Amino acid sequence: MSEKKTNRRDFLFTATYAVGAVGVGATIWPMIDQMNPDASVKALASTEVDVSAVDPGKTITVLWRGKPVFIRRRTNDEIAEAKSVKMEELKHPEKDEDRAKNPEWLVMLGVCTHLGCVPLDQKGDYNGWFCPCHGSHYDISGRIRKGPAPTNMEIPKYEFVDNNTIKIG
Amino acid sequence: MSDHNYTPQSKFGKWFNDRLPLLTLANHLTDYPTPKNLNYWWTFGGILTFCLITQIVTGLVLAMHYIAHADMAFESVEHIMRDVNYGWLIRYIHANGASMFFLAVYIHIFRSLFYGSYKSPREIIWIIGIIIYLLMMAAAFLGYVLPWGQMSFWGATVITNLFSAIPLVGEGIVTWLWGGYSVDNPTLTRFFTLHYLIPFLILGLVVLHIWALHVPGNNNPIGIDIKKPSKDTVPFHPYIVIKDGFALLMFMIVFAFFVFYTPNILGHADNYIEANPLVTPAHIVPEWYLLPFYAILRSVPDKLLGVIAMLSAILILAALPWLDTSKIRSAVFRPLYKQFYWILVADVLILGYVGAMPAEGLYLLIARVATAYYFLHFLVVLPILGLKERTIPVPLSITEPILGGSPNLAAVKKKDSL
Repeated sequence: MSEKKTNRRDFLFTATYAVGAVGVGATIWPMIDQMNPDASVKALASTEVDVSAVDPGKTITVLWRGKPVFIRRRTNDEIAEAKSVKMEELKHPEKDEDRAKNPEWLVMLGVCTHLGCVPLDQKGDYNGWFCPCHGSHYDISGRIRKGPAPTNMEIPKYEFVDNNTIKIG
Repeated sequence: MSDHNYTPQSKFGKWFNDRLPLLTLANHLTDYPTPKNLNYWWTFGGILTFCLITQIVTGLVLAMHYIAHADMAFESVEHIMRDVNYGWLIRYIHANGASMFFLAVYIHIFRSLFYGSYKSPREIIWIIGIIIYLLMMAAAFLGYVLPWGQMSFWGATVITNLFSAIPLVGEGIVTWLWGGYSVDNPTLTRFFTLHYLIPFLILGLVVLHIWALHVPGNNNPIGIDIKKPSKDTVPFHPYIVIKDGFALLMFMIVFAFFVFYTPNILGHADNYIEANPLVTPAHIVPEWYLLPFYAILRSVPDKLLGVIAMLSAILILAALPWLDTSKIRSAVFRPLYKQFYWILVADVLILGYVGAMPAEGLYLLIARVATAYYFLHFLVVLPILGLKERTIPVPLSITEPILGGSPNLAAVKKKDSL
């Protein structure tokens, strides 16, 4: 076989397989992509929250894209505690300033980065959040301190529309 | 196999069989030579077939009343329980049927482990079995999500998030699985579709499982190759059919006990609370049949490694025919393996127990030791044991020791006292 020269038939076979593979791929892709978030899901991109009723030391939970978002108005002690943590102690080093632009307000996804449970407020060894599912401890900046979660709780895109309103998304 | 020579008696039967040899197949199945020493541990194949058919039939009728929509699923299940004629019965059979299915499959798997049924020439039967087991777990998980209770929702969240452990593409895969940014209506509808599909995939694999079984024939409690047909075999019908039938009746008594007397004992009370994306239940626990693997997942402090350990714990079973180096199949003739076998059984039960407990303190320590031992058993103990163990001499046939004149009479006597 190897001594045989490439003839017209070999070329036709290869070309047919190539066109066939492209066709199969083009047919399968819509079947796969239909499972991705659809237009109606993507349309629910942002939520506005009135935070005027939140007292210092309290957290409210709002729903954004089907996920809970924690909005905590932190006390001065809590801000001081969050800022005093040394970077070497952190599993996922992030400065508190980078997580809370306005240090009084911590806005983050209330979703444990381990397997997606909602952590409990003001629980755990670091006075922050504690995930009841598999025991991850977060500090008052939402940073992972102990347990199986790999990263800090995520900060969504948000902005202050005015003094009392936060727009998430 | 004798069925190649089979000719139907009637003229019509012969005419039909020449065109579609279904009667040859039926004849093969009834005459199929089966080792005469099969014990009751061998009846679980039939019991599992019964379980599969029960799940398909009850599932089919439940689907006539269930509504796969996040706003209506929970209520439609309550509608089935309260309004639909015999809806409570059908749903309780389906829900407890899943547990009964796993109870039977675990006995079936551990029977294979004890009698070495996974060894040559039955590796393909074993691997198809492992695939069926994986599909069963997928079907059970998907089905548990459908009532859209708190455990449904958070179980779905935790299990789908396992995929986020995959580097780089993990998050994208999770979003794709969800069809959104959290578990929601698109997730529910696709889970319903897949839950409906998988039992039929299992059915197809069961046919392959039995087909592959009928090539070498059944293993047996003394694990030797036997001549078929011979004095060592009996026809499948009526001998095995009656025995399987009796075992099935006993099994159905257990099944009925759960359905009629404690239909919710294997479930979780939190699943009678409608799904709430803002509140995670205090203790998320999977169904009992997944607990050992859940314990392995939680015993590893790293997310990705935990997921890998859990998957490996299942997939390692597929490599078992090559990890076990012993040529002797049955544990009856392997005194040391028999002891390690029971340690493994205890180890899996311990894993199941700590899987239901909070992952902290002593429980976590026990889970870690038990996880390490689980892998040690398959990766270290079995390969070495097969080469080092001094086994008991194996008889030449099933009848030989009983009819006398066997040098191995003592060994077979010992088996009876098991």
